[in-house]
Amino acid sequence: MSELRVADGFGGYGDEFYERLIAAHQGLSERQSGALNARLILLLANQIGDRTILAQALAAARASVSPAPEAVRE
Amino acid sequence: MGSYTYQRFRYRTPDELAGGRPIRRPVAIVGAGPVGLSAAIDLAQQGLPCVVLDDNDSVSDGSRAICWAKRTLEIFDRLGVARQMIAKGVTWKVGRIYHGGRELYRFDLLPEGGHKMPAFINLQQYYVEQYLVERACEFPGLIELRWKNRVTAVADLEDGVRITVATPDGEYHLECDWLIAADGARSSVRAMRGHSLAGQTYEDKFLIVDVRLEASYPSERRFWFQPSFDRGESVLIHRQPDNVFRIDFQLGRDADPAVERDVARVMERVRRVVGPQVPCQFEWCSVYTFRCARMARFIDGHVIFAGDAAHVVSPFGARGGNGGIQDVDNLCWKLARVIRDEAPAQLLASYEIERGRAADENITNSRRTTAFMSPGSAVERQFRDAVLELAADFPFARGLVNSGRLSQPCDYAGLPGIGPDALNGAMRAGRPCSDAPVIRADGTPGWLLEQLGAAPCALVFVDDEAQAARAEADGADCGIRGLKVITVGARAMRATGLSDPEGLVRSRYGDAAGVTYLIRPDQHVLARWPHCDPRAWRTAWDAYGRYDEGRASA
Repeated sequence: MSELRVADGFGGYGDEFYERLIAAHQGLSERQSGALNARLILLLANQIGDRTILAQALAAARASVSPAPEAVRE
Repeated sequence: MGSYTYQRFRYRTPDELAGGRPIRRPVAIVGAGPVGLSAAIDLAQQGLPCVVLDDNDSVSDGSRAICWAKRTLEIFDRLGVARQMIAKGVTWKVGRIYHGGRELYRFDLLPEGGHKMPAFINLQQYYVEQYLVERACEFPGLIELRWKNRVTAVADLEDGVRITVATPDGEYHLECDWLIAADGARSSVRAMRGHSLAGQTYEDKFLIVDVRLEASYPSERRFWFQPSFDRGESVLIHRQPDNVFRIDFQLGRDADPAVERDVARVMERVRRVVGPQVPCQFEWCSVYTFRCARMARFIDGHVIFAGDAAHVVSPFGARGGNGGIQDVDNLCWKLARVIRDEAPAQLLASYEIERGRAADENITNSRRTTAFMSPGSAVERQFRDAVLELAADFPFARGLVNSGRLSQPCDYAGLPGIGPDALNGAMRAGRPCSDAPVIRADGTPGWLLEQLGAAPCALVFVDDEAQAARAEADGADCGIRGLKVITVGARAMRATGLSDPEGLVRSRYGDAAGVTYLIRPDQHVLARWPHCDPRAWRTAWDAYGRYDEGRASA
């Protein structure tokens, strides 16, 4: 059964990834940054593909911002 | 003059108003649309008489439901009307998706081979109804079509229903054991019974237009998100027979239907889609909004709701018309058995549960398409547009582009009474049977689904004559009324035996000798086993018949 990774998965590459993430947004308007984020999320979600992990990631992200709305019906 | 000539069906004074003695009917059907007419034919093919009451006297005004999916065509084939439909219908293979002025990608539908019916056809609802009426007229002793007969009241009897009907000659009463309400999204029977549809209403307005273009106009299905040439959110064009093209304009929330259906204005819009030079004739248009909603229950006493009367969805995905015909397919064999006292009335509960799942699936798909086509918030639009922009370069994103998901038959797996399922492989208990080419014992080619027909069937894979003979003998003794045993081998071994010239029956169903599928009259798999054991067939069949108990334990 798949499980969302909560321990470090970058293997020492974390700082570099973070820097690249910020750099990718450089010079973009807020709107463009939003568009970039949306595209990035879709690309990464497709890479992960795993239904359970994606559901856990969505829930974890949402919970850390504010309580989740009513679950989407299956 | 339009491309289709509407025929008026003759109103006749009903016997009840012509001094005849009223006779109680096993079944009355309200609504002579695709659902009501299909139900009448399905019952008639099982020898049951019915009367169909319709407040109009013609076929559908306008093309309305135009896309008929494979499973529905298989049902129409069983009802004896698919041949005309396929001959008349058209198919598109290439689709193109645009965003603004840019083509994002094109796709080519490559339907799986080895099925009698195509993946879908486009055919105007008026043709579908015409062919169904013609077919219904082939059962003069069983189907009585009563045009200009409007139901005004429905009252419960102890074991049936009493209907009040208004006609040009006045009012009469008609009693029946069962009433099928197939009177559409605005079902008056539903209103008379005090029921309503619960669900979501969408504010977006759509303009649907049929125009006749010249034959050389491309057959491709084209869909524009935020088209550069139109103010609306989306535009869809695809082809129907007679060089009639359906164009769907998503007008947005604030559009005024009275303004938008003005023909000059409509044609101005159409011109921007097809170009200024193409000869183009107006046929029909309608402005609509839609709901995704269903009745909580489809059966109320002896009144059974089917099709749009029971559940409605958006048109994207063609799930309304197809879902309605599949309701009929599920209902009629059960109703016939109940009327003949071959099964308890509780068997009908399975109709409500199975088609309830189908309605929920259709509503879910419809809701998702609507969300994609009509983003509700800024962030929703941002993701939607991200999907569209990625789709140009990344094939995965094309799978997320949602301009409608074509109707797929419902899989009843896991619902009460379905099973046991002791095999792996896709053709699981609950699914409708896949078609495949076969060769009959007399050497003639045919199709598996034609052989199944509308009887309960045991499909048994055999290696030799002895196994085939034993399966047939055991099947005859097992006590399932009307059971047909069909054996499949390297050659057709018995009168009802089949061979599998392309190996597609075996590849779709599994190929070990002894593998057995028990198949319902609506051609859904009820149960399957690795070994041929007719006692297990009877147990599974009876468990489905005792649906009330299955339901209680579900």
